[in-house]
Amino acid sequence: MSLVNFTTREITCKIVYYGPGRSGKTTNLHYIYGRVPDSRRGRMVSLATQTDRTLFFDFLPIDLGQISGFTTRFQLYTVPGQVYYNATRRLVLQGADGVVFVADSQARQLDENLESLQNLQANLLDHAVDIRTMPIVLQYNKQDLPRELILQPLELDDALNFRAVPSFPADALHGNGVFETLKSITELVLRRLAQGAPA
Amino acid sequence: MTTALNPKFTFETFVVGAANRLAVTAARTVAESPGSAYNPLFIYSGSGLGKTHLLMAIGASAKRLAPSLAVEYLTLDEFVEAFHAAIGAGQGDAFRRRFQTVDVLLIDDVQFLTNRREMQAELLRLSEALQTAGRQIVLTSDRPPVEIENLDERLISRFSGGLVVDIGVPDYETRVAILRRKAEERGAEFQPGVLETVAAAGFTNVRELMGVLNRLVAYQAVNETPLNAEGAKALLGAETPRAGAAAPAAQSERGPTPDEFAAFLTDVTVTVGKAVEAWRARIAEAILRWEGEGYRTRRLEQLLEQDTPVAPDEEIGAFARDVERLRALEAEVSQFDPQAAGQSVFRDPERLAEAEEAASRIRAGAAPPPGPSAALPFSTFAVGPSNQLAVNVAREVLDEPGRRYNPLVLIGKSGVGKSHLLNALGLELAHHPGAVVACLSTQAFIDELITAIDGNRMEWWRARYRRATALLLDDIHLIGGKDRTQEELFNLFNLFQDLERQLVFTAPAHPKTLQGIEQRIASRLEGGLVVELTEPDREVRRAVVERALGAQDVPDDPALVDYLADRPADSVRSLTGLLQRVVSAAAAQDVPVSAGLAREILEGGTAAERRRTVGFRTSGIVVSSAGGVRSREKIVWDWAAPGDRLIEELR
Repeated sequence: MSLVNFTTREITCKIVYYGPGRSGKTTNLHYIYGRVPDSRRGRMVSLATQTDRTLFFDFLPIDLGQISGFTTRFQLYTVPGQVYYNATRRLVLQGADGVVFVADSQARQLDENLESLQNLQANLLDHAVDIRTMPIVLQYNKQDLPRELILQPLELDDALNFRAVPSFPADALHGNGVFETLKSITELVLRRLAQGAPA
Repeated sequence: MTTALNPKFTFETFVVGAANRLAVTAARTVAESPGSAYNPLFIYSGSGLGKTHLLMAIGASAKRLAPSLAVEYLTLDEFVEAFHAAIGAGQGDAFRRRFQTVDVLLIDDVQFLTNRREMQAELLRLSEALQTAGRQIVLTSDRPPVEIENLDERLISRFSGGLVVDIGVPDYETRVAILRRKAEERGAEFQPGVLETVAAAGFTNVRELMGVLNRLVAYQAVNETPLNAEGAKALLGAETPRAGAAAPAAQSERGPTPDEFAAFLTDVTVTVGKAVEAWRARIAEAILRWEGEGYRTRRLEQLLEQDTPVAPDEEIGAFARDVERLRALEAEVSQFDPQAAGQSVFRDPERLAEAEEAASRIRAGAAPPPGPSAALPFSTFAVGPSNQLAVNVAREVLDEPGRRYNPLVLIGKSGVGKSHLLNALGLELAHHPGAVVACLSTQAFIDELITAIDGNRMEWWRARYRRATALLLDDIHLIGGKDRTQEELFNLFNLFQDLERQLVFTAPAHPKTLQGIEQRIASRLEGGLVVELTEPDREVRRAVVERALGAQDVPDDPALVDYLADRPADSVRSLTGLLQRVVSAAAAQDVPVSAGLAREILEGGTAAERRRTVGFRTSGIVVSSAGGVRSREKIVWDWAAPGDRLIEELR
């Protein structure tokens, strides 16, 4: 995907929310959707099962308007977290400019988080992308749950954040940390663009 | 009583965005051609979005394009006050007269018409009068006409009858553009992200935005360190709840900060600002600005596609200079020809050279005045004793145009060939190198002048005729009673004579006998040479007949030519009329054109040509096929009904 097009003066960022099933990826998008003025957001496309699990993927286009003379658009995607939808995940990941890894802070979900992270790495490799070159931020969601059920951000950093990428505690349901995460990934993506990385 | 227009409120200082583009376009159109496009133009919007600015811009622009226009700007309150004062002083009529002569009336804040019955009636009367006279009215209000309480239905329909446009709340980009423009005007510089922060804070009213900008400027003036985006956010602290209030309450309860999206947008803007090379950002912004003002920006776009950095200031500066030049040319051209000023060439800095050329063409009155008719050359002009003198004089004029007989006035009855000779002269004069010959009927000359006055294109009109090297007007007597035309002609007359450019006129009679022509013109007409073309003599008639028959492919028939040339005819036109009758009768009867047939038709009339009325009767001479007159008595086939007889007798 072309990130910056000087001819048409457009910046388009594709950001994929990745993570294990039920970690809150769609919730992130829903919160963002609710905060973006009508005029700036496209229709949020969500394909979900009856139990609100993402079957295929969510897609939320956001039009940020003219920034420094560039028409700036963000496309936010989520992948289905369930293990058996790997083909879909790989497909959605194609052409991503940045990834938000939404981890479930619950202690008992740690293995799922790790598995999903490995899956991300493998799927990126399938697209010939080294995870070390891809802008990634981590979000430790569900920090609003009782302390005894969850791991603290520092613990999660130790467990998941091997590459010391930016990480954010969050409560996506109430919006805490959602925009911080989005802002951080945006910065990483745009900074990469400044470094002249292949678009 | 009338408020002076604020010189700062012009189209140039108005920041155009998606929310106001339609209103601005309509306003520009109205300013360029008052009274003809949208009348009335009704602009409504919330407070502080630029209604007054736009209204005054219309006034300023209209005045600049046509300085002679009477432009009045006033608020409704001022209008009401003036009206009351006039009524109080017993000067109601004077008040009405005064406003009825305004060319562009700009009334601000008409929503205050609510419940003012007598004022509504007055405004209705005034707007009727102005519209009928083709004068422009522009009104603004904070709501559309139908929503103004207790407003007379007739006023609603009248206000809505032109164009009703609204100015929307400026979007984020427009807000940034406004802030930058205003900061620039005030010579204030801010760090990247500061103005974006303000724009993202959710102020939707430009006036509020200006208030904030003022605070920033003041803050920066008293503090040594320049304000950054964070500082601006903090400074706006007190204000932001307002912005938050704009978001749906249900949502604000859910989130920890009121307008996360706006904050996010600011952050992204700062990031993009850092990420996109500075020179590209500057150029891209310049593109947006000039695009918004309707200029083609291909030149700047090409720069963006380059890989190597360019000096943005120089490029933008050069572009801006070209745009300025285009503006100047457009303004100049619109003086001559408002329509030509609308050409796209004046909106494309890449085509500046073309624009210069177009402007100089227009300046010189590039559209040439109407020329002589190619259908009337000298070669087809039949010469005989009746017009020999005129033809000789014409030839002498051609030898030395403008010197020998200037003006030359051809007089004579209708149809003797004046127009033909005039056009033939024009065609010959046009052969001279560099000649621009204006040759047209006086009626067309008058019509053009009226159109020019109407379209406010007098300068253009004059330039056009001043450029001509010869002026030939047919039927000059038609200027009788047309004062303005005589005035313009008088000036042209003097100019042409001074520059020794040929003037030729035709008239049905001697200039001094023409009605309604000012003495100064009549004496000038006489001052050259007045030469008469009399009724066509036999030689002329013969030449005309021969040529006309040749043109109709009638075989050479000396008897026919002789017969027709011998017929009395007071003009060439009547002669060709006779000929036409004969030819068409021959075609109808499917017989060749011959002298005999001509005689039958022209002297006796055939059954087909007889005038018939009810009862199949006729009167007049019946001519036998042999050509002899059978009887000169009136022959009646059927006795006419009394009614018909009465008509007959009246004849």
